[in-house]
Amino acid sequence: MERSRSMKRDVCNIVFGGVGGQGILKASEICALAALYEGHHVRKSEVHGMAQRGGSVESHVRFGSAVYSALVPVGSADFLVCFHAEEHERLKPFLKEGGTDLTACLGPALRAVTRRQHLNTYLVGVLSARLPFEEASWMKALEAVFDARILKENIKVFVAGRSAQYDLE
Amino acid sequence: MRMLLSGNEAVAQGAWEAGVSVACAYPGTPSTEIVENLARYPEVDAQWSVNEKVAFEVAFGAAMGGKRSLFACKHVGLNVAMDPLMTVSYTGISGGFVVVVCDDPQMHSSQNEQDSRWMGIFAKVPMLEPAGPREALAFVKEAFEISEAYDTPVLLRMTTRVSHSKEDVEVGGRVEVETRPLCRDVSKYVMVPRNARGRHAAVEERMRKLEALAERIECNRVEDGDGELGFVTAGAAYNYVKEAYPEAAVLKLGMAYPFCDEKIAAFARTVKQVVVVEELDPFIEEHLKALGIAAKAKDRSFRLGELGTESVQDIVERREKRPTQATGHKPSFCAGCPHRFAFWVLKKMKVYVAGDIGCYALASLPPLSSLHACVCMGTGVTLVEGIGRAQPDEPLVGVLGDSTFVHSGITGLINAAYNKAKGVVIVLDNSITAMTGGQQNPATGLTIRNEPTKKLDLEAVCRSCGADNVDVIDHRDIRAFEALVKRRVGEKALSVIIARSPCKMIDRSRSAMPAYEKDLCKRCGVCVQIDCPALTAAEDGSISIDGALCVGCNLCTEVCPFGAIKKHEA
Repeated sequence: MERSRSMKRDVCNIVFGGVGGQGILKASEICALAALYEGHHVRKSEVHGMAQRGGSVESHVRFGSAVYSALVPVGSADFLVCFHAEEHERLKPFLKEGGTDLTACLGPALRAVTRRQHLNTYLVGVLSARLPFEEASWMKALEAVFDARILKENIKVFVAGRSAQYDLE
Repeated sequence: MRMLLSGNEAVAQGAWEAGVSVACAYPGTPSTEIVENLARYPEVDAQWSVNEKVAFEVAFGAAMGGKRSLFACKHVGLNVAMDPLMTVSYTGISGGFVVVVCDDPQMHSSQNEQDSRWMGIFAKVPMLEPAGPREALAFVKEAFEISEAYDTPVLLRMTTRVSHSKEDVEVGGRVEVETRPLCRDVSKYVMVPRNARGRHAAVEERMRKLEALAERIECNRVEDGDGELGFVTAGAAYNYVKEAYPEAAVLKLGMAYPFCDEKIAAFARTVKQVVVVEELDPFIEEHLKALGIAAKAKDRSFRLGELGTESVQDIVERREKRPTQATGHKPSFCAGCPHRFAFWVLKKMKVYVAGDIGCYALASLPPLSSLHACVCMGTGVTLVEGIGRAQPDEPLVGVLGDSTFVHSGITGLINAAYNKAKGVVIVLDNSITAMTGGQQNPATGLTIRNEPTKKLDLEAVCRSCGADNVDVIDHRDIRAFEALVKRRVGEKALSVIIARSPCKMIDRSRSAMPAYEKDLCKRCGVCVQIDCPALTAAEDGSISIDGALCVGCNLCTEVCPFGAIKKHEA
């Protein structure tokens, strides 16, 4: 029987990971909302409860014309967005061959942001430059997740990440 | 309009659209956000109840009173509400009544991995099982219809991956439902033996009708395939099957119970090999066996934990489950968490500590390693009594939270007093239900909508339950706290110590970070033992404090024997 282990060609898989408190769920939310505004079928996984007390946190985003599972299978992530160097070993197996690993820009990203709370927004900015979404969809997503009070500074951080030049594989 | 909703948000939205009027729950991961979200709709009378039994009964009372109502809980919460569920199956409802139960395969945040699908069989009530947020919204609406059409509570079974995954969902408007009149039918609602016998017969008749419904209900859906493999699957497992074998035929059981026997048999005839793919227990597998349908089922090793897309081929090829990946960072108390102070003292005292469910279960992990038992809500009291009866000379204390004390600690305390037990119970009153993300409870004086309400007086309750001593202390003064616990443990009395200090999720105040004086540090490692996320030790034993995480609680300055960590002087 013909069995396709890999996802349908048009499904994009993104794995976000780090430790509790780094804003990983917010990062994946921005990305999932932008995909929704682009008209995709979106699924996203989250962790709540015990795992959020500083433990490892993972959130997967998948979008395309039809998505079933909210989880990215091992070896099929198109993008890995890692927020914590020590989590990289654990998360690396998700990446597919030829997938883009944003971990290489974690160090520069930490230097680029003045406040560590901005790391998530910055990394989403870096990711955004590699996804085929309109800038307007990203802006709408940022407006949806951030309070008016902190929206402006986050847009600034996002744009900085989006325009930063990183040579990623 | 399309919105990105979690499974729990979709249940709330669907229930609201279906005209639900009353919603009750006690917080529990992964179910918490259902009633939390229902409280955001002004038309819904939502509440955090004292515990799941109370929540179930209040919601059922509202259904009996003629309104559509909903009760939500995690799997172990349904255990607490089993008593009313078993008999409400007999009484039936009036207004539609939906019971949402969220299982936690893989135990992301739970003490066991029970499969609540058995509750459908056990309680003789129908159960629907969505595979994602879109279905969750549709199924909860369908559940209300079934409830009223068949005069039965309806179980909606979710799992963590359904509750806590998000999907774009088309949302609609609310349809108001008329309140039904209160019915005084004694033979239906007074469950004494004479009436209950009649109702049991009605339940069996209802099951027969529901079995017929299962054959025609749309959510039991056949998706045609190439005729080779035919998967019988349900819930999140369906998603993994579709990912792994997109060309195969699938019978998706949206109604987990009762089964659609004829549909299953007909489906089996259309494919060469039937394969059952389901998480946890062999619920569908055993039913197919009983029907005499030859089906390939998973290896026993797959009864543990979750499935994933990767699991499906292994199940088809009858392989064992692969070992799960490394777990990564372990969780710990937040920086500045008052629990850290309490468990540091208990660790130093080397007492046996019996606990219950809450953030403080994290104290069992090294390096704090100062919690020795945790079973369910309330065991912070009852185990102290029980262990004390077996080991009268062992120094021991019980710990529980403000929320779990109200949930089921009070009855244990009354029991201990009544049965002349001695011992020490510490109520870690952080004025919130913390582990589930910060919900109100009767001891906080605020409702689910953060409106002021009558505040439970914990001290007065403990006294009237029969505690000999009730002390209140801010245990961040670790010397005073240690002296108090030592004194009470040494006495032959029933004592409650209310250790009161707010959760750091409520009290976000910060003080200046202490200063580390490397020259004074003897590399003894004591400060590392408090397991503070802001404090890390280098290879050489020297430490560093992370200014972004530190909230200036100064426990590290208290525990350092050499004065190498100094409180910031203003």
